[in-house]
Amino acid sequence: MPGDTDVNYRRMNPLALTSFTATSCIGRGVAATLATLHERRTGLAPCAFETVTLDTWVGEVAGVDEAPLPATLREFECRNNRLAHLGLAQDGLAEAVQRAAARYGRERVGVFLGTSTSGILETELAYRERDPLSGALPAHFRYRGAHNTFSLAAFAQQALQLSGPAVVISCACSSSAKVFASARRAIEAGLIDAALVGGVDSLCLTTLYGFHSLQLVSSRPCRPFDVARDGISIGEAAAFALLERPGASLDANAVLLLGVGESSDAHHMSAPHPQGRGARAAMLQALEAAALAPQDIEYINFHGTGTPSNDDAEARAVTNVLGNETPGSSTKGATGHTLGAAGALEAVICALALQHGVMPAGVNTTELDPALTVHYLRDNRVTRLSRVMSNSFGFGGSNCSLIFGRAG
Amino acid sequence: MAALAAYVEGIGLLGPGIGDWPAGARVLTGQAPWARAPTVLPAPECLPSAERRRTGTVVRLALAVGLEATARAGADPAALAAVFASSGGDGQNCHEICQVLASAERQLSPTRFHNCVHNAAAGYWSIATQATPASSALCAYDASFAAGLLEALLQVAVERTAVLLVAYDVGYPEPLHRHRPIPDAFGVALVLAPAVSAASQASVSATLTAAPADDMADGALEALRRSIPAARSLPLLAHLARRTTGRVVLDYLGGQCLAVELSACP
Repeated sequence: MPGDTDVNYRRMNPLALTSFTATSCIGRGVAATLATLHERRTGLAPCAFETVTLDTWVGEVAGVDEAPLPATLREFECRNNRLAHLGLAQDGLAEAVQRAAARYGRERVGVFLGTSTSGILETELAYRERDPLSGALPAHFRYRGAHNTFSLAAFAQQALQLSGPAVVISCACSSSAKVFASARRAIEAGLIDAALVGGVDSLCLTTLYGFHSLQLVSSRPCRPFDVARDGISIGEAAAFALLERPGASLDANAVLLLGVGESSDAHHMSAPHPQGRGARAAMLQALEAAALAPQDIEYINFHGTGTPSNDDAEARAVTNVLGNETPGSSTKGATGHTLGAAGALEAVICALALQHGVMPAGVNTTELDPALTVHYLRDNRVTRLSRVMSNSFGFGGSNCSLIFGRAG
Repeated sequence: MAALAAYVEGIGLLGPGIGDWPAGARVLTGQAPWARAPTVLPAPECLPSAERRRTGTVVRLALAVGLEATARAGADPAALAAVFASSGGDGQNCHEICQVLASAERQLSPTRFHNCVHNAAAGYWSIATQATPASSALCAYDASFAAGLLEALLQVAVERTAVLLVAYDVGYPEPLHRHRPIPDAFGVALVLAPAVSAASQASVSATLTAAPADDMADGALEALRRSIPAARSLPLLAHLARRTTGRVVLDYLGGQCLAVELSACP
């Protein structure tokens, strides 16, 4: 490709987040989420999930088990889809999707959702109930509606009666950041006019015991960027946004997706590239897509999981691309690491930061690691914001950076 | 709407009784009969030995067809964006994890855990080939091949970049097998480029349609197409093998299918 053509294709036309919502351990809906961030509280608590005996803290959403799906959606019953259902009911998100479907047609609204473990908890529990003679799973076990990775998008499509393209992106902890990139391409190409994007991941034994086996789980509430950080705290969340082309009369407080960048580390399955090579590439691409300079970014929502190696690699990459003065924080001290939902949850937190003029502090962190040369916020900063970045990195070396901005 | 168009530059194929793309093409053009035989997966020589020991069937399958497609295209795998589409990931690994978690000890192996992510094949691919561009792993149940093709064509059309599409499925052991009875491993890979080149075999252009999906005239191949999500690619592969100009309709979601117009390159 000739150079000038290449540059044009790398720039993207902004999209508006015409509705967005988040449900996690720090609150159901954006008002509760924002209030918790303002109060600098964590939603993490000692793990009492299911029969888990690990010495760890988790970000569990209260009341998921008490919120069964409507009878018409019973085939999708599982904790993950219950959490999705709870999330879709907040902040008028489902109503905004219905208005988009009425405006464009149900087949012109796509569904692009991220999850890492879908409804695997149902399968984990079913394996305890195998028939002692035949080994069969119990009769109530449902593979398609619960276990399969696509069940989340199939559930959302049916719950919202949409009939356009639908897909689940499952790239571990970058999943629901990457859905913004896929949805953006589908809108840009004219395949659809609007997209429900988001991520839902729920507590299960696979991730709790799995991250524990890798010795990546802290026995305390996670402390991103702390000198004594020693691992993640696992959380769960459902976060969604409706993406549309910006209309002619955009409210000054409207939030826009300005840039996306995606890359691969090509280094290791479960450890980041030590110099943050892929993270750097994703951030540079996002800046190029948004036609912004590094100094235009006013706040960074770090991936910031709280493992020694992740925060170290991210700090190197951020320092390399943006220097060490741009304020940033990881909100995982409040929410826990919500894995496949983290990208969408933190996109919503970025949208709230832009609309309400607040950079949320990283909670739990008491002594910053002097080796991490980034400007890490331990106190909220109230200020008008125009451009912010969110990073999401996952197993398999999958990286995604998003840039959001205020319209006005 | 921008045309979702691309040039097919290379094809990789592996499935029951099909060892590579030339063997598959002979079956799909009627030059050779298809005899169902267990899929034979090569060891992933391209991976460092430490990684190679950790790979299961799903990674071996995805790497084999990806490498075949890029070799036939004469493309540098390190330079390609990649889309990995699978209905279920590594079924054996998933079974082992669920068994361990149902036991008293719950001692999960770290390797089993990182291999359970849906993007495991994408991760190993990038490590093996040193590919640093974007890679995605997606799922759309039985529609996973068409969803992957759609995602790959969108990347070609919007990012103006060459993309490797790898679609693959392996089965589950019991007790999950009876709930998701995928009989054997099947993988297909396509190198899709935004501009014509000496390697171009055909141009493809896709649109959504309400028309029904094409089936395979051969009863045994039709059974294969229906039984493995990645094998829903067979009608498209048959056109590519015959080097015909025409239209093929692929299974997608519920009420809609993906229509692909093909034109063989001279």
